[in-house]
Amino acid sequence: MKEINTKKLINFSINGTAAQAKEGWTVLDTARNMGIYIPTLCHHEAVEPIGACRLCVVEARQGNWSKVVVSCMYPPFEGVEIFTDSERVKNVRRWVLEMLLAQCPASREIKALAAEYGLKSTRFKIKNPEEQCILCGLCVRVCAEVVGVQAISLGSRGVLKHVSTPYMVPNKACIACGSCVSVCPTGAMQTRLDKVRGDISQRTGHGFAH
Amino acid sequence: MEKITNIEQLDLLKNSLRKARESGRQVVRVCLGPGCRAQGADKVAAAFRNAVRQQGLPVKVEPLIKETGCHGFCKEGPLVTLEPSGLFYSRVKPDDVEEIVEKTIKNNEVISRLLYSENGTVYKSAQEIPFYKMQKKIASRNVGDIDPLSIEDAIANGAYQAVAKAFASMTPEQVIKDVEVSGLRGRGGAGFPTGRKWRSAADAVKKHPGPVYVVCNGDEGDPGAFMDCVVMEGDPHSVIEGMIIAAYALGARQGFIYVREEYPFAIKNLTIAMEQARSAGLLGANIMGTGFEFDIRINRGAGAYVCGESTALFQSIEGKPGEPRAKYIRSVERGLWDRPTVLNNVETLANIPVIIENGGEWFSKIGPPNSTGTKAFSLVGKVKNVGLVEVPMGVPLSTIVEDIGGGIPGKKSFKAVQTGGPSGGCIPYKLKDVSVDFDSLTKIGSIMGSGGMIVMDDRDCVVDVARYFLRFLEEESCGKCLPCRLGLEAMLEFLDNFAQGKGSLEDIEELKSLAKAVQDGALCALGGSAPNPMLTTLEYFRDEYEAHIIEKRCPAGVCKDLITFHIDSEACTGCGLCASNCPQACITGEDKKPHEISQNACTRCGTCMDLCKFSAITVS
Ligand SMILES: Cc1cc2nc3c(=O)[nH]c(=O)nc-3n(C[C@H](O)[C@H](O)[C@H](O)COP(=O)(O)O)c2cc1C
Ligand code: SF4
Ligand code: SF4
Ligand code: FES
Ligand code: FES
Repeated sequence: MKEINTKKLINFSINGTAAQAKEGWTVLDTARNMGIYIPTLCHHEAVEPIGACRLCVVEARQGNWSKVVVSCMYPPFEGVEIFTDSERVKNVRRWVLEMLLAQCPASREIKALAAEYGLKSTRFKIKNPEEQCILCGLCVRVCAEVVGVQAISLGSRGVLKHVSTPYMVPNKACIACGSCVSVCPTGAMQTRLDKVRGDISQRTGHGFAH
Repeated sequence: MEKITNIEQLDLLKNSLRKARESGRQVVRVCLGPGCRAQGADKVAAAFRNAVRQQGLPVKVEPLIKETGCHGFCKEGPLVTLEPSGLFYSRVKPDDVEEIVEKTIKNNEVISRLLYSENGTVYKSAQEIPFYKMQKKIASRNVGDIDPLSIEDAIANGAYQAVAKAFASMTPEQVIKDVEVSGLRGRGGAGFPTGRKWRSAADAVKKHPGPVYVVCNGDEGDPGAFMDCVVMEGDPHSVIEGMIIAAYALGARQGFIYVREEYPFAIKNLTIAMEQARSAGLLGANIMGTGFEFDIRINRGAGAYVCGESTALFQSIEGKPGEPRAKYIRSVERGLWDRPTVLNNVETLANIPVIIENGGEWFSKIGPPNSTGTKAFSLVGKVKNVGLVEVPMGVPLSTIVEDIGGGIPGKKSFKAVQTGGPSGGCIPYKLKDVSVDFDSLTKIGSIMGSGGMIVMDDRDCVVDVARYFLRFLEEESCGKCLPCRLGLEAMLEFLDNFAQGKGSLEDIEELKSLAKAVQDGALCALGGSAPNPMLTTLEYFRDEYEAHIIEKRCPAGVCKDLITFHIDSEACTGCGLCASNCPQACITGEDKKPHEISQNACTRCGTCMDLCKFSAITVS
């Protein structure tokens, strides 16, 4: 859990129910604390949030003002009304999920999540029927922030972006701990790990890092 | 140059430099801005130096050759202006130079062949030309006038006077107040009030004492935009001075200018200008002997469009991949290295010295109350006078396109203007009198943006234009967030279908719903504003979308899957212009007899249609 400053509480509401956030909590932290479900893909408590998948969006309103924000990073302020399933929110999630069905059609997790929003198929072009990765970067972040070895990274930019080791060859920095596999929300890392760590039996010396 | 160690010294220097100017010496200004350079202006400048050297002119006659920044009228380049006569020569070639020296410089003779003429009127000096008449230059006040590599020239024109005034007679608080009063809004795209930005940063530093940074955004990534380039190249001291004033207001000691690598001349001129300012005691430690210290570093951007976005730009300066971060905490509080940071656009900063010198009150009276001052635009596309213009805010769009820009070339008609680049919107002809200010443009679905203005005629297809901008952004998306990385590609899938005559009217509604998801869901404004060109073209040219989808027809004759070109045998005079320019050589016909296109070989490039002077090429 986050560091908590118990002195100050922020009063706001989620779906009309009164909510209290401790200082430093995000909307997602508060919602989970209250047992309110918000779907997430790129969020994991072990690493810093980056707000990439945008599945956790919620609508923040105050008077005439309203804005769609990511709950995994948004710090609630006094009096703000949060809606986790408004039309605008559902519209973002539905489209992202339909596009994900085309981006990573092999992921069971994405299919299940899409089904929750009534989506069984996608109208968009499927480039690689084997693809499972949504490029959320959780594997990269856990490797760097928790394991501390940076064996994998997100290469390239935009539509060419991909998870890989530097120069796409197995990386000796990998200690084969499998943390990336355990945080991966789609099962994509499972099939990639061998490419990252290479053939461990061929490694010399003790200890895997270098 | 001697180091300036107190404020009065700057004034003395300025006055003596001005006196030297009054010596009656002739001045030849050769424009070496990006447009003229591309048309060989460097050879013209070299020819002048050569000719002057070879002629061995007596000192009184020997002119001063100044290589300046862009004069704005790039289409007529290379441009040469002469003083004291005020003569304006256009399309000057190296071969013309000897004659200019012989006749004009030595004997005061006008070479009428080199004068600019328009609609039968011949113009001797720039001020009379319609292109210049309606402009008002503040941000680009010295561009084209001074030699950007000479700090003396800049100082003679008043550079660093505003810093001196601020140091001598204003507290940092008064500087911020004056910028607030001026009403200046950011010229980089979002139009955020500059004074308010400075105030928030100043407050943030008070709350959390420590370093604060001033950053100048010279990334300028919009296709076709070159306003900031021209200011950085042509008057680098105005940007440096603006930054020093910002630094004084905030107590900053370090500044950064983020310039894209594709602007080597901007980088070079800024670097030299900074060097000169340091040796003159105007930058670095103990500026003008006041004890105030501020220095600037240049960061070269690798030309990623997204790196113009504030948080991506900071990441890039910090040496990390240029990806935007969610900013629920504003960068005035937590910017570079998580410290309070003011990020301002080049043009915004170039306005600052003038505001401080003349007072915020003075500036606030130019333009409408909510959009004060002037705005520079790069006018490109289907317009006669392609170039750089600066006009007071609030002028009608038609003034810029038709009066200053000279309207649409050839017999085509004015269809629309894209303002704000790929994040902006497409303004149709029927709204051509809209006032060019932040609020009016937003009201009709476009934005002011950073000042790109792309004019379109009836040979531009709106579906194709929307695809062009989306494709640009798809390539430039950093790929971090899903609504942008996947959404732009998905929107393109819809538009590609329309361009092939596929899809249905329901698809238009679906596309709008997707656009809403992208606007709401994207992390940064690159994705968030990406649907704008598509949404505005849909709003104003829906019939054209429907023609593609229902009638399988592209009215502008652009979408290749939906068109065939024919030659109207009545209108064709058999001049053969199309035949000799067709890249496929698939147009045949006898001299002075109607020509014909062989459909099998035709790739539908449209060259024939663009060239035909008799509108004989039809599209179906
Ligand atoms: C994708 C993207 C690209 C941008 N590119 C630029 C740019 O090239 N130059 C610029 O000044 N501002 C650019 N901006 C706007 C900046 O984020 C920022 O608002 C601006 O530099 C602030 O300066 P100003 O207040 O003086 O306008 C861009 C914004 C986005 C979202
Ligand atoms: S492999 Fe898994 S954790 Fe890594 S980016 Fe892809 S989906 Fe995310
Ligand atoms: S909107 Fe596009 S450019 Fe901006 S963070 Fe998302 S992917 Fe990157
Ligand atoms: S979980 Fe919040 S953006 Fe991915
Ligand atoms: S570059 Fe010479 S007029 Fe613009």
